[in-house]
Amino acid sequence: MNSSTREQDSNWMLLFACWMIASVSVLGSLFFSEVMGFQPCVLCWYQRICMYPLVLILPAGMFPFDRNIVRYALPLSLIGTLIALFHLLLVAGYIPESIKPCVQGIPCSEVQIEWFGFVTIPLLSGVSFLVITVLLILTHRRASK
Amino acid sequence: MKQKHLVIFSAFFLLIAFVAGAMLYSSQKSDKALEAYRRDKSTFIRENVPTFGNPAAKVDIVEFLDPACGTCKEFYPLVKKLLAAHPDKIRLYVRYAAFHPGSDQVIKILEAAHRQGKFKETLEAVFAAQEAWAPQHRPQPELVWNYIGGVGLDIRKLRHDMALPEVEKTVSQGLADAKTLNVKATPEFFVNGKPLPSFGYDQLKTLVEEAVAAAY
Repeated sequence: MNSSTREQDSNWMLLFACWMIASVSVLGSLFFSEVMGFQPCVLCWYQRICMYPLVLILPAGMFPFDRNIVRYALPLSLIGTLIALFHLLLVAGYIPESIKPCVQGIPCSEVQIEWFGFVTIPLLSGVSFLVITVLLILTHRRASK
Repeated sequence: MKQKHLVIFSAFFLLIAFVAGAMLYSSQKSDKALEAYRRDKSTFIRENVPTFGNPAAKVDIVEFLDPACGTCKEFYPLVKKLLAAHPDKIRLYVRYAAFHPGSDQVIKILEAAHRQGKFKETLEAVFAAQEAWAPQHRPQPELVWNYIGGVGLDIRKLRHDMALPEVEKTVSQGLADAKTLNVKATPEFFVNGKPLPSFGYDQLKTLVEEAVAAAY
């Protein structure tokens, strides 16, 4: 009993970590657009669509702890990871000009920030989505044992 | 229970960090602009830019505007009111930030009109008809011609002047200076080099009144 409670607590912490990453990502994206004034491009909006709901959905599976939350949150984080990957390839120039989804307005290939010479906004997004995805899968595997 | 507290505390902490970060960012931005203004005004005020008000005024307002921008149109009478409220103490400099596609053509019309001494009249005519020539933020610059007939411009000279390299350059110069000064939306105001702490007429009014009180 005692050890299973402890196990559940550590699984809960994994979900909490996902929630923290999602919250920081949401606030960070709002900081870029609302405080620093960067206009989000179309791909950024698609990634936001996947990231923002996580902040609200994950707590629903944390109180009380429910491992099924992974089934609801994982599609969002997986799709987000894929869009971020596409965005990264676009910025890096691996995807040719003609497939670019945004012609008018803000081009998705424009690099708004570049910290330490390689950290761009789509990279931050991709890392967040990837870590969330890995942690969610881990939670599910541990909880279904 | 402990878990609930952890989540609430974290949410609270993140929000505080966000607000503090936003405040820090805006104060740093303001300091940077002010410092740049004190060092060298030329990014803010280029030669021969259109101005309103007393040339000897001690308070300068630099406004970046886009003729197709609805908020710029809304602010135009308000800024005029501010100038009227402090006669001879404020000078307004108009700069262009062509953020809408097609605005560049209208800016060239304005700049060519400026060469005929009819900037104010043309700007007012352009703003008055803005909904007609720029519906839903989609400027159709060729329509502007229908609305500036009453200004009394020499249209032949205007067309000629629009093609001048100096006139063309005001568009790119405005965009370049807007980028240097971190102008991301229009209208943007700098009162003696200070940007608005947050966007709004009251903020502009406060900034102007502070500057007037400090200078006179």
